[in-house]
Amino acid sequence: MRNFKNLPPLAEQDMPLTQRAQQVDRKPLTSWEKLYLPGILKGMFITLGHFFKKKATIQYPEQKRTFSKVFRGVQILNRDEEGRERCTACGLCAVACPAEAITMEAAERQPGEEHLYKEEKYAAKYEINMLRCIFCGYCEEACPKDAIYLSQTFAQANYDRKGFIYKKQDLLIPNPKEDPEAYQRALGERVKPPVSASGG
Amino acid sequence: MYLLAIDWYFILEKVLLVGFIVSLSMVVAMYATYAERKVAAFLQDRIGPNRAGIFGLLQPLADGGKLFFKEEIIPLASSKFLFVLGPMLAMITALLTSAVIPWAPSFDIKGHEVPVQVADINIGILYIFGVVSLGVYGIMIGGWASNNKFSLLAAIRGASQMVSYELPMGLALIALLMLVGDLRMSVILQNQLGDGFFNWHIWYQPLGFLVFFICALAECNRTPFDLPEAENELNFGYHQEYSSMKLGFYLFAEYINMFISGVVMSTLYFGGYDIPFVNEANWGLSPWLLSLIGFSVLMAKAWGFIFLFMWIRWTIPRFRYDQLMNLGWKRLIPLALINMVVTAAVVLWLKK
Repeated sequence: MRNFKNLPPLAEQDMPLTQRAQQVDRKPLTSWEKLYLPGILKGMFITLGHFFKKKATIQYPEQKRTFSKVFRGVQILNRDEEGRERCTACGLCAVACPAEAITMEAAERQPGEEHLYKEEKYAAKYEINMLRCIFCGYCEEACPKDAIYLSQTFAQANYDRKGFIYKKQDLLIPNPKEDPEAYQRALGERVKPPVSASGG
Repeated sequence: MYLLAIDWYFILEKVLLVGFIVSLSMVVAMYATYAERKVAAFLQDRIGPNRAGIFGLLQPLADGGKLFFKEEIIPLASSKFLFVLGPMLAMITALLTSAVIPWAPSFDIKGHEVPVQVADINIGILYIFGVVSLGVYGIMIGGWASNNKFSLLAAIRGASQMVSYELPMGLALIALLMLVGDLRMSVILQNQLGDGFFNWHIWYQPLGFLVFFICALAECNRTPFDLPEAENELNFGYHQEYSSMKLGFYLFAEYINMFISGVVMSTLYFGGYDIPFVNEANWGLSPWLLSLIGFSVLMAKAWGFIFLFMWIRWTIPRFRYDQLMNLGWKRLIPLALINMVVTAAVVLWLKK
């Protein structure tokens, strides 16, 4: 239970929180003000001024608002320059995740799969639950292999909850060899935090 | 052409005119919904509907189509007959008002003069008042038949509001009628025709017009007097249980009322189809053309009023119920009474 006796005295509570605080004028209305019509007219000309102002609307599908350089959107699984997946399924991102949104299963790279996976171990299954994710970016900070980072897009609307559990295929960045344009677009202009340890 | 002692041309002419005016009211009401959304958007720094057709001009069609295809729900606990009657009454009374309005100067077909007015009855303005008062039944019956306490509350609010504001409206009008000396709409209008625009009644009755205008806002249930459909207090007001086109009729009736009250105010106070500063009768144009010009002038004035209504709606917040009643009974009625007495004295003095 909160102890109300220990609250500061009222006078202290009334101290203004900001310097812009103003005492509310509670004088009774003058007879001119009681007419209301001048006040109403004044208000109407304020709204009329807005009639001719520049509109704030952004026509969404055609026009898009530019994201800030540090915007944290949907995660993306990175590839290296040769189009190989960087993720080694170490699980550090899952550990770092405060919302427990990430699950993965590791698998061993078989001979002949060197062009697909960068290292001997890779993520066979990698899922992020977008309903849980809070887009804090801790996964990106935790990743030692520069394999996951947050992009400048956001999770699309979906008709059911299942659709919000993003599989590896939904998260992987386009292959830079096959589709360099889409790869660059997916990279975006986001400023990434420096990688703590570079993958070899 | 007389058959069975009935002038069939007369009947044909009136039927065509009625059909034209009813469809006109419908189209204007449709585009008033579009205008409302656009005006609201512009006053709030937005753009408004712009996807259906150029500038979103097909939006009213889409809205109407949506309303028609929605599921028709009649609540089990409602009184079914009255439930259906409510929106019908609202719509009928809204459309009936247009019958006595002179829409344009008369033209002729082969020497036969055709007035652009459905009925020039000698109680013209009283007829409008009578029909407008009936409008309260649409709201009251709808709210009552819904068997829902919010609807009923809203209907009671609406009824009391409309009854209260009809009084100052009538009183404000009496002063005008004393000036003109006739109830006929055509005579009231002809009193204002001429060169200048100082013939308009607004210059003789500014206070009367103000009271009339405020009451018209209240009669149309427009903000700041939209207490019957106060969304945040009464969910949705008297038409909460309505769906599909029955709801559409209620909303439509509101916009038709707005249009008609705009036309009535233009006719009573702003010279109706009179063009200011010129005497169009001296132009020597054919009556057909004059009729068309007069009609568009009246429409321009009516749209001006519709814009004013919307502008007010998106500026002024709703009155509280006690403020509403105070304004109606303690401010507007005394004002209208004073206006009436002063006008009566002046009229008597000038006649002596």
